[in-house]
Amino acid sequence: MVNKMSKALLFNKRVLAFLSLVMVSSVSFATPTIQTWQTANGVKVLFVPANEIPMLDVRVVFDAGSARDNGLSGLAVLTNGLLSEGAAGKSSQEIAEIFESVGAQIEYDAGRDMAVVGVRSLTESRYLSTAVKGLTEVLTQPDFPQDAFQRELNRMKVSVKARQQSPSALASEAFDKAVFGEHPYAFPVSGTKSSLEKMTLSDVQEFYNKYYVASNATVAIVGNVERWQAEEIVKAVVSSLPVGQKVTDLPQVKPLTAAKKIVIDYPSAQTHIFVGQTGVKRGDEDYFSLYVANHPFGGSGFASRLVEVIREDKGLAYSVYSYFTPLREIGLFTMGMQTKTEQTQQALSLLDQELRKYVDNGPDEEELADSLSNITGGFPLKIDGNSKLLGYISMIGFYDMPIDYLDNFLDNVKAIDVNKVNDALTRRVHPDKMVTVIVGKQ
Amino acid sequence: MKLKLIIAAVAVSTLVLGWILFDSEEPLKEQSKDGVQSFQLSNGMKVLVIENHRAPVVVSQIWYKVGASYEHDGITGVSHVLEHMMFKGTKKHPAGEFSDIVAANGGEENAFTGQDYTAYFQKIANDRLELCLEMEADRMRNTIFEEKEFLKEIEVVKEERRLRTDDKPTALTYERFNAVAYTNSPYRRPIVGWMEDLDTLTVDDAREWYETWYAPNNATLVVAGDVDANDVYRLAKQYFGQLSASVIPELKPRHEAKQYGTQRLTVELPAKIPYLIMGYKVPVMTPESVNGEAEWELYALEVLAGVLDGGNSARFSKNLVRGQEIATSASAGYNMSSRHETLFTLSAIPNDGVEIDVLEFALREEVSMIQSQLPDDEELERVKAQVVAAQVYQQDSTFYQAMKVGMLDTIGLPWQMKDDYVAKILSVTALQVQQVANKYLIDESLTVAVLNPLPIENGDKETMPAGVNHGQ
Repeated sequence: MVNKMSKALLFNKRVLAFLSLVMVSSVSFATPTIQTWQTANGVKVLFVPANEIPMLDVRVVFDAGSARDNGLSGLAVLTNGLLSEGAAGKSSQEIAEIFESVGAQIEYDAGRDMAVVGVRSLTESRYLSTAVKGLTEVLTQPDFPQDAFQRELNRMKVSVKARQQSPSALASEAFDKAVFGEHPYAFPVSGTKSSLEKMTLSDVQEFYNKYYVASNATVAIVGNVERWQAEEIVKAVVSSLPVGQKVTDLPQVKPLTAAKKIVIDYPSAQTHIFVGQTGVKRGDEDYFSLYVANHPFGGSGFASRLVEVIREDKGLAYSVYSYFTPLREIGLFTMGMQTKTEQTQQALSLLDQELRKYVDNGPDEEELADSLSNITGGFPLKIDGNSKLLGYISMIGFYDMPIDYLDNFLDNVKAIDVNKVNDALTRRVHPDKMVTVIVGKQ
Repeated sequence: MKLKLIIAAVAVSTLVLGWILFDSEEPLKEQSKDGVQSFQLSNGMKVLVIENHRAPVVVSQIWYKVGASYEHDGITGVSHVLEHMMFKGTKKHPAGEFSDIVAANGGEENAFTGQDYTAYFQKIANDRLELCLEMEADRMRNTIFEEKEFLKEIEVVKEERRLRTDDKPTALTYERFNAVAYTNSPYRRPIVGWMEDLDTLTVDDAREWYETWYAPNNATLVVAGDVDANDVYRLAKQYFGQLSASVIPELKPRHEAKQYGTQRLTVELPAKIPYLIMGYKVPVMTPESVNGEAEWELYALEVLAGVLDGGNSARFSKNLVRGQEIATSASAGYNMSSRHETLFTLSAIPNDGVEIDVLEFALREEVSMIQSQLPDDEELERVKAQVVAAQVYQQDSTFYQAMKVGMLDTIGLPWQMKDDYVAKILSVTALQVQQVANKYLIDESLTVAVLNPLPIENGDKETMPAGVNHGQ
């Protein structure tokens, strides 16, 4: 009866694409003050007090995403998921009971770059202390029991099968592989059949020992506590983490040298299409130019060219979008859509035509002005809750963005004009070197 | 951004108590315990305002009492298609202008259709509320229905159906499960509509639906955020107050007919993993049952769902995912807030190599267990602790706050119910949980659907490399 909202609301891909951009968006009025400090063992902490609701989020972020899988695709996700499946001598069941008896919600997740462990709790002290103690145990004293390892591995194997019955998941995996080649970003975050078969418990233990260390951690904390309380909480959670080694840099992502086309035959009513290439990384000098450039093209829903042409003018698709996924290293530039089989070629031609037109000519002045006013005017919406702030400061801390990133975001956006957009598009987006993935009936 | 979402099944825990009787005097203002202020315009439109001054933003939602459950066979999906057509412009604001103005002002907008409602919303800086209300009032009465636009938009909706349902084995199974579980209830039809109905729907069908249901006296405006309630009332009166009321048709009751014994169906289609859904017919909150003698049953059903699936410590995780390790996931769902009788659902994905009837047996064992043995105090306390905490966490989303009251009001329930939700959950006893399990989770009213995967022809990259063409 709790947490059913996510099942009830089906957001479509274009919404998600938009939200992912929103993550890096704006500031103009009273930007929340981010407090920051380092713990004795070297963990960077970012804290925003938020006193309106008696709740607190504590999130520990490690550079322990799938980019660190080192050939064993799925290892980061499995390790992260196993933390709460046995710790400090307590079983999965006991751990779950501890959190849930005080209404606390444990959070764990691993993506390409980040692995996250956190908790949301009420701030009444008897609840909060239980939640913080629970978080500390799963983070610093996981037991990695053999039975839990086998069980979670089996569940991941079923999820691999589930992806094989999803044309969109098949397309997305093929797209990652084609764009990233041999780079660690090329492999599925949740593993493959063969990588999961190779995985052992000692792989998990080694991964944990190497990456879940203080040198590799950032803490984000948002909620109704005083600074001294936040310091005490963070100290309790991370002080027993060993200092460890800072991770080495990831290899650079190589730009594509030629166009590639991948066709996968699948008996679906729609063809799923991804077209794209390498994009941009966090802190990239072209970051703001490309972020703004994408907005009128395929990043602003109904205000975007792709939706106007492909959905509104032609009725070819329900969802069509483009976005950049900035990562530690260069991430994806993706254009995506789905259309019924017979329309595949028409859709592909339109997508290509719109991209070429945009890269050649850029946005017109008015289009760009509208985008800038949407990004700047919409800023208050992006930071109007604890969850949203937590997302921002996690990103700022993890990627070593300047602490005044939010304060300067709007100025950085406003500094972009048509010339800067055109310049960045010309240098960074190459219509002749796109990866095209098509999954559907052939 | 105007994404047109479908709410497939609304399982939002809300629920409240207490009646407020509106009369047509305006401004009639009532305030609930957690700050909902209520007004009514002379044309019958309701205005609900939640002041929340955390950030200088506002959420504006307009809810119409119409949705898929108002439809009849042959025009299924028309409520949702109409929702799409509402973005096609008016004489004053031609197609695209509403979206463009909202976007240029830094706002976000969207709409969604459910079985029992259709709603449109904007999220925007609080000083831009007026322009949203002006445009929303305009399209309530002046939307243009052009055949040319309709013919394109209906293709978009069909693509939406293919994306959300036809190409998703579990979603398709769920659609067919509903079609079998309900005999005469309108909930047996999908919100998005049957494909043949979409193929034959006309612009006149959409226009007629609009003219029938979109009127101020069939709508509720909910505004939440950094606003003054009296200002909102004034603006609402200015823009919506001038619209004339309509005569809204009275729906036939269509109460679900009695079921005589377990119903079963198998869905066979290309897929990789099996899936099981079981549903028992259960009552929902009605205006008559609010604060009534049998009301506790509905709260007990919600607690029952929590005992089975309220978190990682609940029975399904404990016994089925861990324990026996026969499911990779298992869930239980019940939502008391809907207009018609609904289903208490159990669903699960079997672990690799586990037969689907073994899984069904295990789910039924969980049901029997709770029917024969009282749940212990600690597990009940955990369920309740999570409800108490969730009520606090939900305050982080102004949108969600607005959605709760909008939905309750639109399905005909007093939104003041939400204030007493936690207290009513806390008062549920172990015996009551057992009683509702025995009364409602019975074979006579059960429907079981199984997704039985067929081979995916030509679709398996690992076994059919011939289907893959790398390079150009």
